[in-house]
Amino acid sequence: MAKCPVCDGDVPLEADIVVGELLECPDCGSELEILKVEPLALGEAPETEEDWGE
Amino acid sequence: MRIGFLHSLIRKDEKLLLEEFRKRDGVELMMLDDRKLIFDLQSRPEVDIVLERCINHSRAMHGLRLLESVGIPCINTSEVARICGDKILSSLALKEAGVAQPALRIAFTEQSALTAIDEIGYPVVLKPAVGSWGRLLSKVNDREAAESILEHKAILGSYHHSIFYIQKYVEKEGRDIRSFVVGDTCIAAIYRSSEHWITNTALGGTATGCPVNDEIAEISLRAANAVGGGVVAVDLFETPGGLLVNEVNYTMEFKNSIDTTGVNIPAKIVDYVLEYAP
Repeated sequence: MAKCPVCDGDVPLEADIVVGELLECPDCGSELEILKVEPLALGEAPETEEDWGE
Repeated sequence: MRIGFLHSLIRKDEKLLLEEFRKRDGVELMMLDDRKLIFDLQSRPEVDIVLERCINHSRAMHGLRLLESVGIPCINTSEVARICGDKILSSLALKEAGVAQPALRIAFTEQSALTAIDEIGYPVVLKPAVGSWGRLLSKVNDREAAESILEHKAILGSYHHSIFYIQKYVEKEGRDIRSFVVGDTCIAAIYRSSEHWITNTALGGTATGCPVNDEIAEISLRAANAVGGGVVAVDLFETPGGLLVNEVNYTMEFKNSIDTTGVNIPAKIVDYVLEYAP
């Protein structure tokens, strides 16, 4: 479990998290990114950019 | 074998690929985060092959080219990225390979774009040449709307938005087809359905299974080969005259299509990467 950097709510984590992984805070709905695994650090995910896609 | 995994954000699709690589014996993953990479035109990451899964088209295209320049085979190639990332280049590649696509025009000024739209007939779809997920698409039903949208694009957009890609609107009865090509096989397909004219699942379209018949397989493989082959997703319109290719996507998203199709798409991609590696 981690704390959401936006609302301080609890964010559940899977066992196999990796740096760069996207998560959604179940409380506030913010999109979050795992910045570090050890020690764990979460940040807000970047905003969509013009050339994002498939 | 050392696999370079070129990425930025890790979405569900990338997570599934990483899980699949980790199941394979003798595979070592090297994560190449495009936000941290620095290229000096000489150094070579110690990897045998790179799988590209960037979220930014421009970083993917240039990153792949830089990696290829130091002798690393990449999936997909920078050339596939360059073509698929630009709708004008994609349409040229399809045309040169004789692959059916909707009627289209390209114009560089508001006035010539208006003339082109009048010529092709309403409704049309205006698309940014570079863009994805159905963003900034405009269905233009009449001349008044065309004048307004073209003016907004020219004034409010960057210069890219004054390269007008105009596609004849295809009435698709609420659905299109997305097929998945890995190497020389069309491995699966889905219908993407929506009440909205844009059926992208990124905008809420729903996915259901679509059997891969000979027609879907054939046009999908021809479209994939037209852009240079590899691992691509092909968007198809069903029309009375047969299937038309709308787009070819080179960093394909598949997370919603595994259960729907019953095909382990990430496993097929990983198999292909491992086969392709020197």
